Amino acid sequence: MLYREAGQFKATYAEDSQIFPIRQDKIGIVLILAVAFVGIPLMSVAGFLSDYSFTAILTPFLIFSLAALGLNILTGYAGQLSLGTAAFMAVGAFASYNFMLRIEGMPILVAFILGGLCAAAVGIVFGLPSLRIRGFYLAAATLATQFFIVWCLTKVGWFTNYSSSGVITAQKIEMLGYTFDTAFSKYLFVLSVVCAMALLAKNMVRTNIGRSWMAIRDMDMAAEVIGFRPMRTKLMAFAVSSFYCGVAGALFAYAYLGTVEPEGFNLDLSFRILFMVIIGGVGSILGSFFGSAFIVLLPIFLNVLIHFLESSAGINLPSGISSSIELMVFGALIIFFLIVEPHGLARLWQIGKEKLRLWPFPH
Amino acid sequence: MKFVQKAMVAAAFATAALSVSAQEQFFPVLSYRVGPYAAGGSGFFGGVIDYLSLINAQGGINGVKMVWEECETEYNATRGVECYERLKKVRGGATMVEPLSTGIAYGLLDRVAQDKIPMTTLGYGRSDAADGRVFPFVFPLITSYWNQAAGMMKYLGDKEGGLDKLKGKKIVHLYHDSAYGKEPFAVFEAYAKQYGFELVKLAVPHPGNEQQSQWLQIRQAKPDYVILWGWGVMNATALKTAQRNGYPSEKILGVWWAGSEEDVIPAGSAAKGYTTMTFNTPGNYPLLDEIKKKVYAAGKGNLEDKSRIGSTYHMRGVTAAILWVEAVRKAQEKHGKGKVMTSEQVRWGFENLNVDEARLKALGALGMMPPVKTTCLDHEGSGAVKVQRWDGKAWKAVTPNWVVGDKAMIRKMQEESAAKYAAEKKITPRDCSKEG
Amino acid sequence: MQFFLEVLLGGLLSGVMYALVALGYVLIYKASGVFNFAQGAMVFFAALTTAGLVDAGLSLWLAAPLTMVAMVALGLLTEKIVLRPLVAQHEITLFMATIGLTFFVEGLAQAIWGANVRSLDLGIEDVPLEWLLENANIAISQFDLVASGIAAALVTMLAIFFSKTKIGRALRAVADDHQAALSIGIPLQHIWGIVWGVAGFVALVAGLLWGSRNGVQFALTFVALKALPVLILGGFTSVPGAIVGGLIIGASEKLAEVYLGPLVGGGIEGWFPYVLALLFLLVRPEGLFGEKIIRRI
Repeated sequence: MLYREAGQFKATYAEDSQIFPIRQDKIGIVLILAVAFVGIPLMSVAGFLSDYSFTAILTPFLIFSLAALGLNILTGYAGQLSLGTAAFMAVGAFASYNFMLRIEGMPILVAFILGGLCAAAVGIVFGLPSLRIRGFYLAAATLATQFFIVWCLTKVGWFTNYSSSGVITAQKIEMLGYTFDTAFSKYLFVLSVVCAMALLAKNMVRTNIGRSWMAIRDMDMAAEVIGFRPMRTKLMAFAVSSFYCGVAGALFAYAYLGTVEPEGFNLDLSFRILFMVIIGGVGSILGSFFGSAFIVLLPIFLNVLIHFLESSAGINLPSGISSSIELMVFGALIIFFLIVEPHGLARLWQIGKEKLRLWPFPH
Repeated sequence: MKFVQKAMVAAAFATAALSVSAQEQFFPVLSYRVGPYAAGGSGFFGGVIDYLSLINAQGGINGVKMVWEECETEYNATRGVECYERLKKVRGGATMVEPLSTGIAYGLLDRVAQDKIPMTTLGYGRSDAADGRVFPFVFPLITSYWNQAAGMMKYLGDKEGGLDKLKGKKIVHLYHDSAYGKEPFAVFEAYAKQYGFELVKLAVPHPGNEQQSQWLQIRQAKPDYVILWGWGVMNATALKTAQRNGYPSEKILGVWWAGSEEDVIPAGSAAKGYTTMTFNTPGNYPLLDEIKKKVYAAGKGNLEDKSRIGSTYHMRGVTAAILWVEAVRKAQEKHGKGKVMTSEQVRWGFENLNVDEARLKALGALGMMPPVKTTCLDHEGSGAVKVQRWDGKAWKAVTPNWVVGDKAMIRKMQEESAAKYAAEKKITPRDCSKEG
Repeated sequence: MQFFLEVLLGGLLSGVMYALVALGYVLIYKASGVFNFAQGAMVFFAALTTAGLVDAGLSLWLAAPLTMVAMVALGLLTEKIVLRPLVAQHEITLFMATIGLTFFVEGLAQAIWGANVRSLDLGIEDVPLEWLLENANIAISQFDLVASGIAAALVTMLAIFFSKTKIGRALRAVADDHQAALSIGIPLQHIWGIVWGVAGFVALVAGLLWGSRNGVQFALTFVALKALPVLILGGFTSVPGAIVGGLIIGASEKLAEVYLGPLVGGGIEGWFPYVLALLFLLVRPEGLFGEKIIRRI
């Protein structure tokens, strides 16, 4: 009853090709945006949310969502498994840094876009093997990207402006004379970038580019036979995906960590983002956000929970044991979720929508 | 997911609200006890907690009790930043922070300046942070990488009978291929130029569990010394691979992150005779006996394995905690004894540390660490190192006195590098003559 | 020339060590199509358990079989609890499940044995062979020779097991076509249980040798990174491919580091094997010995 599209007629092409054709979805997305842009700031003004939730939870959540979204375009929509996400993020971050550093008066958003474009260029180069290689062979081969890029950034001093410690220190985020330096303003900045790019992605996967990605994913031979050009399609997917990851990497450096070493973009980060995509839902924009929330929040939640259980039950486990238990529970929960819903959290959301369509009548 | 988020924030606040009692000095402990570096983390943070427990057993600092809360970082920058943000405001606010991880320390660099919370980076991190004018909130206490590198050169020179005797020698710098391993390049190159020895730099890619090609190159080059600038599994592997290629362990000189029991035990007999730098003199001290007596006997010890009391990492943790407590003590002297200090007051304390030999003697730790005296200009406070040798069972000090390299040269490099950082970040350095 | 030989031989012997780890992946991928990310964690678990038992006072000859029992149990449980409910799911989902398993096994190992590093002495001295050093001035470690002997024995054993025994033939049938194997009466789950048990055994051997070589510590899980290029080069489904791939990767990465490394600043061993394997794949997309990928519409 609540979620029913019956009675919503599309009379024109324009109506039929909206991003959110169903009225309930429109209301939903407006609500979510309202909460993110207005509700959360109001809560913070009212004192319900501290800096902690912005700088330690919401900002990294959004940044990782964007990176997961980027990978999801490549893996979920175009079907190319990649383990080099962190490398593309690194390219974005280091390129943005160098554009800001070396060009006087460079606007920050332009630097991010240029950083993203650099990542896209690198993505195209390392995407070339995907024309021949498939599946896990490709995944293992993308590790070459991961190791090579980090090695390059460590070896070539120019990238870090010959910093003696081999790190980059992100410049301040300034726009129109306003400096984004509080946790709250950085959150709003990241939120705006992520929302704009997520809507763009949502739209893109419905266009002919997106459809050609899915055709290649579902069966590349067949897609080729009916006239999709695999080279252009796959490389396009690599470029767009890397662009998203590159911007996410720049945000990671500028709005979150501040100072980063190349090692900060290591294989672990690539894997974490892949987890987000798989747990959230392969081939789903919304799933990227779910997955990011799961991977960012769950370890923190477990850490708080175990400390809480310990203090309330009055036991004092040796710290090593409680950390190990956290890790075990984390692993077990991943397995559990996959068994319950192998298609990720986004699928649960879909099932929920189906239920809402019928509710309160079961049939 | 939103509700989970809210629940967590609520939980974080609940723990915050739980205990705001009057006389507590709160320390966040950003530890790592699982993962590849857990062995070092559990030793170091065990030492920190043991010393804080000891202070409490002795009645606190002028009656102020030490409290702490642990948070698992897994040596991961994102987790570390979250831990810091979670703990910085609980229980009346964090006194200071020490992540014992380069990546996390970089992630906190801007944050601590904004929150006005001092961060110590004991023996790691940016060497140029020693310039307190540009980095008011960062304290690379005791010795930075650059001074350590200079100390290494001094020791090798002394061994040959003077630095000028290094002329014509060949020294291999075998390093972890990351920002960390490249940090001492500038120092070694400066020394090589000045004293005319040949410096060969060999990179080991992370994680360093396979080094056959590097050691074959070393075997080919036949260097007089090998400097091992490693981390984690790379250290044990280097020693084992040296042995299998017939390179004597006596000629290997390790950085201090290659100089703990955890680095040599996996290498077994291959590590015998191997020397490393350290900022603690190995041995037993009255302070450690006190910890055994007052903390472990009362069942409050943090290490599960009591034989690790006094091990390298444990002693480093105790050393760190001594400096933290001394900074709080110093701050109390200025701002009122028996009061809880704010992080800014403690920052002043860190900047005016004077842990001299008399003070170390009173603490029962004379000789365990070099005397530390910091100023607004110098956040490092010592620059002295020692060399230790693994005899197959325990570390033994090789140099009876503290080794100090060319501090003037290092200071000049630090100031140049810090000035460059300040220019890039558009920071105006403080004027130290105006600091009280 | 002597130096070149030394590098080459050292590389080949290291390659055997990589192949040992790669074998575990091949076994499971071949039989069930699962890319078992947890193999590295299993190696760590096996080494830590053995070292822990030895430190607790058992002799190695008792500790190793006990660990073997634990490994087989772990493998069987994994098959039953993790993979059986996920049967016929997309390979990415299965891959993710093994990553979850990785966290679990890593946590379990450290919860039981603590995070301390240990040493493991198999009684084989890791020193250069003297007569070779004296006569040809080539340093070849005694330990590496023994290790490659063990690896060779293991591969021969597995090859015989696969081609001559009934179970082995059933395994190959399952690997070729699950459904066809089921329809001729091969108990699929039974077979998978055996494969996971054998993979546990391979992990134990790899864990003992690597643990004795570099010490028993968490970083043992990183040996997986060395095995991956071997795997793509040799093909995911071929036991001999793992060995040949290991030899190629080992030798070429050492030669590259020694002869190309100095030109570009060194440390290229981290990515060189991957690039090499990548270039190789461009010529043969299914790896050296992998089954030819036939694609139809």
